[in-house]
Amino acid sequence: MVRPGAARRIRGLSDRTLAWLFITPTIVLLLAINIFPLLWTIYLSFTNYRANRANVPTIWLGADWYQSILTDPDIWAAMQVTAHFVIWTVVIETVLGFGLAYLIDKKFRGHGLWTTIILLPMMLSPAVVGNFWTFLYQPQIGLFNYVVAFFTGRDASSFQMLGDVTLSPWAIVIVDAWMWTPYVMLICLAGLRSIPDYIYEAAEVDRASKWRQFWSITLPMALPFIMLAVLFRGIENFKMFDMVNLLTGGGPGSTTEVASITLKRAAFESWRTGYSSAFAIILFVTVFGLANIYVKALNKVKSR
Amino acid sequence: MTSATTAHSIVEPSATTRRFAGSLVVLYAIITMIPLVWIMLTAFKSPDDAISYPPKVMFKPSLEGFCNLFTTRSRQTPEFIRSLGPPQGLCDSIARDRNMVVAGPSNYVPRFINSLIIAFGSTVLAVALGTLSAYGFSRFRVPLKDDLLFFILSTRMMPPIAVAIPIYLMYRTIGLSDTRLGMILLYTSVNVSLAVWLLKGFIDEIPREYEEAAMVDGYTRFQAFVKVVLPQATTGIAATAIFCLIFAWNEYAFAVLLTSGNAQTAPPFIPIIIGEGGQDWPAVAAGTTLFLVPIVVFTVLLRRHLLRGITFGAVRK
Repeated sequence: MVRPGAARRIRGLSDRTLAWLFITPTIVLLLAINIFPLLWTIYLSFTNYRANRANVPTIWLGADWYQSILTDPDIWAAMQVTAHFVIWTVVIETVLGFGLAYLIDKKFRGHGLWTTIILLPMMLSPAVVGNFWTFLYQPQIGLFNYVVAFFTGRDASSFQMLGDVTLSPWAIVIVDAWMWTPYVMLICLAGLRSIPDYIYEAAEVDRASKWRQFWSITLPMALPFIMLAVLFRGIENFKMFDMVNLLTGGGPGSTTEVASITLKRAAFESWRTGYSSAFAIILFVTVFGLANIYVKALNKVKSR
Repeated sequence: MTSATTAHSIVEPSATTRRFAGSLVVLYAIITMIPLVWIMLTAFKSPDDAISYPPKVMFKPSLEGFCNLFTTRSRQTPEFIRSLGPPQGLCDSIARDRNMVVAGPSNYVPRFINSLIIAFGSTVLAVALGTLSAYGFSRFRVPLKDDLLFFILSTRMMPPIAVAIPIYLMYRTIGLSDTRLGMILLYTSVNVSLAVWLLKGFIDEIPREYEEAAMVDGYTRFQAFVKVVLPQATTGIAATAIFCLIFAWNEYAFAVLLTSGNAQTAPPFIPIIIGEGGQDWPAVAAGTTLFLVPIVVFTVLLRRHLLRGITFGAVRK
């Protein structure tokens, strides 16, 4: 495998050098493709740079963009839309996901097969998912409208999931819940399986009711796992882009315009690079800050 | 399965509870599957059947969707089509029924090939780098180890669009924009964080004594790593590779922002397949179905490792 010359050279290496040889390539790659761009974004956020006008001299603006973004009502509206999406999707996915995990944990016949089937949506590409849900949501021809019409007696072409101001946010929430409930379910299932049987046996000996067992054993012991799922889904949905871009593109009006869509429009449609960089930094700091606060809470729950 | 043959613990749910739980889960699974099954059915419908109302569950299967996915067509006069002689293959004969002839191949195959090259390329690189780093973090005393590991994880918290702007500028400057190499490097950097975290967990579980024994036998540290640790870590490496592959295969945000033609993968391409008079749903469904096949296979293969992969190894199963 190793040529004699190379082997001799490697034989001479201390563990310390070898450790660095092993770790450095990864760090270098991350510095080049993650940290350097991040630093560049920070620099650009203080300038008037526009990527489509590269020969216009760059002027240092200081914190102007930050000030204008933080005082812009449209940005606050986008943040509000984002917050609504995060809260609703996380709540629905957690309730459904935990419920499913609780049922699957009863180990009924064939639970392995059905679990695998339920897991399929989360393995798909958001692009593909967004795309075929667009088809399901078509008012005249879509299966979704047909099914709703069938059960409610409404006319299938009387409502547009993607074109209606009140329905379109829910159209996205439904797709996100469809795709990601299995993810929460899987983590909750791991939590439920980690609870040792003897605790229930002891409770059973004490004649604790099933209801009582659920509230004083199952839920508290699974809580760190549920919180982990909420963390991962929260971070992901704060960054939500794919699904919204494909399903509604932010419309109708700006009812589904989440932060990522605003950012994409500023960066890649109106080419306000400096402005969008400042917005990107604000988003990053927000998600990083919230995640850190949450992790502290999670650790407190874990150590209880 | 029967409680008569196994020891019956007092916490085992009763048969009725199990049956009730089972039927609810099966109901959810069926509802979940409907969109997927529907798109697969649509792939085999004719354009008229695909947009008929009420939606058709029974229909005459057609390969028109697949033909429209793989070819481009041009409209011709019936006289001209008749003058061409017999149709060139199945797709041409389907096209002729609609007064069209096949003009050439579509872009689906090149986009699919881009997906394959970029997904496999970035997976190989991410797993190689990840294995080395994971071993380094697992076995050596590295200064600031915890900080470095957290730094590696935190690179995943960044919204893709936030880094897409400078990466776009950087790639434009060094000539990597819209190239497969550029996308491979980008996906590698996104995947390597997952690879390090997952593989570190797997390698931590291999007893150090194995390498120490090999080194006592005269192997160098590096030889011990290659000949003792790597074979032990094969399952973990395979599982990690499939996770990286699935991510790179499915990625959409970077692909749609940073590629325009040359290096474009299938996810940004499939939604924009347009036929005459709007979206060609059977073709889109056919493209989607073909794109899903590898993922469905991987999911079934991966079942047992799924949990570790999606939680960065934070949860063991």
